[in-house]
Amino acid sequence: MLDTLRTLFLTALHAFHRRATVQYPEQKPYLPPRYRGRIILSRDPDGAERCVACNLCAVACPVDCISLQKTEADGRWYPEYFRINFSRCIFCGFCEEACPTYAIQLTPDFEMGEYARPNLVYEKEDLLISGSGKYPGYSFYHVAGIPVPGKARGTSERERPPVDLHSLLP
Amino acid sequence: MTSIRIDGRDCPTRTGINLLQACLEAGASLPYFCWHPELGSVGACRQCAIRQFSGPDDTKGRIVMACMTPVSENTIISIDDPEARDFRASIIEWMMVNHPHDCPVCEEGGECHLQDMTVMTGHDTRRYRFTKRTHRNQDLGPFVKHEMNRCIACYRCVRFYRDYAGGDDLAVFASHDNVYFGRAEDGTLQNAFSGNLVEICPTGVFTDKPFSATYARKWDMRGAPSVCVHCAVGCNTIVNAREETLRRVLNRYHEDINRYLLCDRGRFGHGFVNAPTRIRTPLRAIDGQQAAIPMTDALQAFARMAAGGRIVGIASPRAALETCFSLHALVGPQHFCTGQTRHEQECVELAHALLTRHPGALPTIHEMESADAVLVLGEDVCATAPRLGLSLRQSARQASFHTADDARVPRWMDAAVRTLGAQCPSGLYVLTPAPTDLDDVAAQTRRAAPDDIARLGFAIAHEIDPAAPAVTDLAADDARLAARIAHALVAAGKPLVVSGMQYGSPALMQAAASIATALARATPAAGLSLVLPECNSMGLAMMGGLSLETVMEQARAGAISVLVIVENDLTRHLPPADVAELLAAVPDIVVIDHTATPLCRQASLVLPASAFSECSGTLVSQEGRAQRFFQAVFPPAPIQAGWRWVQALARSLDPSAPHMTGLTVWRDLDDVLSALAQAFPHLAPAVRAAPGADYRMNGQKLRSQTYRASGRTVIRSFVNVRDQPPPRSPDTPFSSSMEGAYGPDMPAALVSGYQASPWNSVQALNRFQHEIGGPMRGGECGIRLLSRVGHSDAKPAYATDIPRPHLVQADTVLVLPDTRLFGSEELSMFSPSVMARATAPALGLPAGMAATGRMVLHLDDGPHMLPVEPVPGLPEGIALCPAHMVARAFRFPRMARLERMPDEGGRS
Repeated sequence: MLDTLRTLFLTALHAFHRRATVQYPEQKPYLPPRYRGRIILSRDPDGAERCVACNLCAVACPVDCISLQKTEADGRWYPEYFRINFSRCIFCGFCEEACPTYAIQLTPDFEMGEYARPNLVYEKEDLLISGSGKYPGYSFYHVAGIPVPGKARGTSERERPPVDLHSLLP
Repeated sequence: MTSIRIDGRDCPTRTGINLLQACLEAGASLPYFCWHPELGSVGACRQCAIRQFSGPDDTKGRIVMACMTPVSENTIISIDDPEARDFRASIIEWMMVNHPHDCPVCEEGGECHLQDMTVMTGHDTRRYRFTKRTHRNQDLGPFVKHEMNRCIACYRCVRFYRDYAGGDDLAVFASHDNVYFGRAEDGTLQNAFSGNLVEICPTGVFTDKPFSATYARKWDMRGAPSVCVHCAVGCNTIVNAREETLRRVLNRYHEDINRYLLCDRGRFGHGFVNAPTRIRTPLRAIDGQQAAIPMTDALQAFARMAAGGRIVGIASPRAALETCFSLHALVGPQHFCTGQTRHEQECVELAHALLTRHPGALPTIHEMESADAVLVLGEDVCATAPRLGLSLRQSARQASFHTADDARVPRWMDAAVRTLGAQCPSGLYVLTPAPTDLDDVAAQTRRAAPDDIARLGFAIAHEIDPAAPAVTDLAADDARLAARIAHALVAAGKPLVVSGMQYGSPALMQAAASIATALARATPAAGLSLVLPECNSMGLAMMGGLSLETVMEQARAGAISVLVIVENDLTRHLPPADVAELLAAVPDIVVIDHTATPLCRQASLVLPASAFSECSGTLVSQEGRAQRFFQAVFPPAPIQAGWRWVQALARSLDPSAPHMTGLTVWRDLDDVLSALAQAFPHLAPAVRAAPGADYRMNGQKLRSQTYRASGRTVIRSFVNVRDQPPPRSPDTPFSSSMEGAYGPDMPAALVSGYQASPWNSVQALNRFQHEIGGPMRGGECGIRLLSRVGHSDAKPAYATDIPRPHLVQADTVLVLPDTRLFGSEELSMFSPSVMARATAPALGLPAGMAATGRMVLHLDDGPHMLPVEPVPGLPEGIALCPAHMVARAFRFPRMARLERMPDEGGRS
């Protein structure tokens, strides 16, 4: 009898507790910047695509849901297509960890529900954003050795100008 | 057999090798850069440091370079020694000081020897905080991409390019930290083996340019063992494919043939597979226009064409054995044509007969490297069989190896052997009408007309064995030359005579066989090698059939109602007038081919066959070796293997035809092969060229993708988001997916790629070999159908039809084919990179005769206006005309009229 009353009381007490349920979608929960949600492709500070089509995200993906093809323009590598099948993605973030150029990033957006599975296949146009995402200021080509338009050979960070082969100086 | 102790473990090894090889053969992972099994040791990179102890009591030992230290009995070494380990780690750190931060945008990434070695030594953090040295790159032509920043100065490239392949346009410049490997100025690498730099370079300085355009990482590509289709040598290759397109061709080690190296035509000639000239759907000629039709309509159309009439089949020396045989089964032996002219067929059959009869040895390409006297008789092997030419180039070094042996210098001690051998005489004699790339290493060259070379050959045979017929009225200096060459060949322990059918001269091959036969009486190791034109010429010669002329006669008589032509462009064999006559005489022509050749445009029905990367089959190389190539690409529906098309044609016909029994019930390649073995008992061993489709390793098929192939659940999701089952591969023991067995012990004929952790680069090959540079762990690959006759006491048979000397005529010239590495071969010319490498056709004339400007050459098919270029040394009265580039069906040798341009301008 007493136990029953106590249970009733405890249950009633919950009516005055702070609510854990969030009134989604009217009310949005706080998600930290490092939350692993929808995947995007970012751009470097110059506005060019950061992705260099190195395929490391694809190989790191445990569910094999990333596929891309390399192409090249003026010495810069790009993905010709970049495709993520979000109906397979487990949002583990391995792709972001594998990315050597900070191109692929997971964002705190998780609102990706679709009625038709094909709509969950994102192409490069769907993934590419116009900013640099979580890592402002980094540009892979400013540290890589290959020249790209706007950066001549030997002008990357910590590089000497190209060697003059005709010089005999030590 | 000797034994060495590595870190307390006793390892059996062999003498005559260095400690690096011994360590690798023992399964140890010892980093190295400058050593290469084919190039030997120079000790340049200092990476393979180990500690060697002088005896069991020695605890201190000393650091040595493993690649420069020979194996001796009871050597005690330590790889794990802390000091040796530190030494190796600091060498890598030095190399990485200037190495750019490029791996994500480097074509070598993921299969980079430098990456592997860096991981192996444990160098993971950069301590160097200062600036990196940079270099400007060069444009090295359509095949090779240059990125000098990545260089670690191991010197492998120049050692291969200059010392091994005989190139002179790649060199090392500048000094110390600045050394630069490149050309004196931008330009295409001229050597025929430049593509090997891609595999020789341990890092990403030289990378594959056509591959870069459709790049995929090594782990993402499906691999299949394959055989090169661009000449008759039969080099083994690995075909890499992704998303059902062929991406690149890599070398596949075969101990007896190509070993570590491929020629550029083989490596880059595969572009025809993805070219816009591919046929992808059946085409039917309707009112003079070819329209795409469904497969069922095409087969019904064929059934209508064939109703009641006689079907004649034309096979091709570039089609696989199975395809040719299925056609043979469809039309029957009386109506089966080999697709070669009578002259070509006689030459190939003569070559087959001469090789079968030869009492001496039939050396493999690798055995040719150790021939100590070589006579090249009227064949520019560097253009017709480039890999063979490279082996002959190595044979010129035999004398220096003997000198090194006498001086007790191990043969792998490369720099020392080359210094010792600088003055050693070469044993290579090149007798050809035109200059060849081997001239620079030849002891003597002689330029003469093919008939004169044949006469010289017969004279050499007579010098060696007086029983051979003598050559009358030979010029005095020719007689002296014959005597000198005969003397060199007789003195050699392993002489070799190489000839071929480049100049279409049976006499040349007869002369070569006579010399080899004469030599074999005293030297059983005397070798004979004959170069054939196409990848399956030998297979077709062993199968036999009618010649094109016979088919022409039947067609003229109106006896043919349907002509089924399989993978053969008749316009390359028959002059345009004959082709037109054939087309007019035969009501319906069915062409089964993968590439839209000029003939296809005139066919009434064109069926899309799969190229070498899209089906499996068997090719017989010029040394009579049957080798299997396997499917790497699974093409969309109407494209199927040639033999499946022939089978489909047979099924659409009346099934009562007697010779077709069996053809319609074949299910897979193994059924075709067993039928082939029954029909042609002498081709029966070809069944065992590779394990059949039922082969299992540990109860599983072999995997053709790597275990880490990416994108499985997305790569086709733009077509359909649901998962697709991997394509079936009924003809091969491979699964088309990443599921299956893989390991260093799998059969050598089924190695689809080299990877053995921690070795991810092509250098992982050492894990698949029983001995480095020796046999594969998986055993033999391919099977030789020509068996050695052996020495017999019977009187050798010598050919007696010695040709008459070549006479210079006032009004006509003898036109000989100028076979080119890039340009003369049919399929590679559909490859964009090879097309870019081919030069414009020009008429080669003797230096004295060559006027500047253009001349008109009157061939069978009309006049051809050509720019003239002088060819030094070319005998008088001979003109060199690029084979198949000027007149498509150029038959040779031909006498033709040559005249000066009446005036400048006009067509060419």
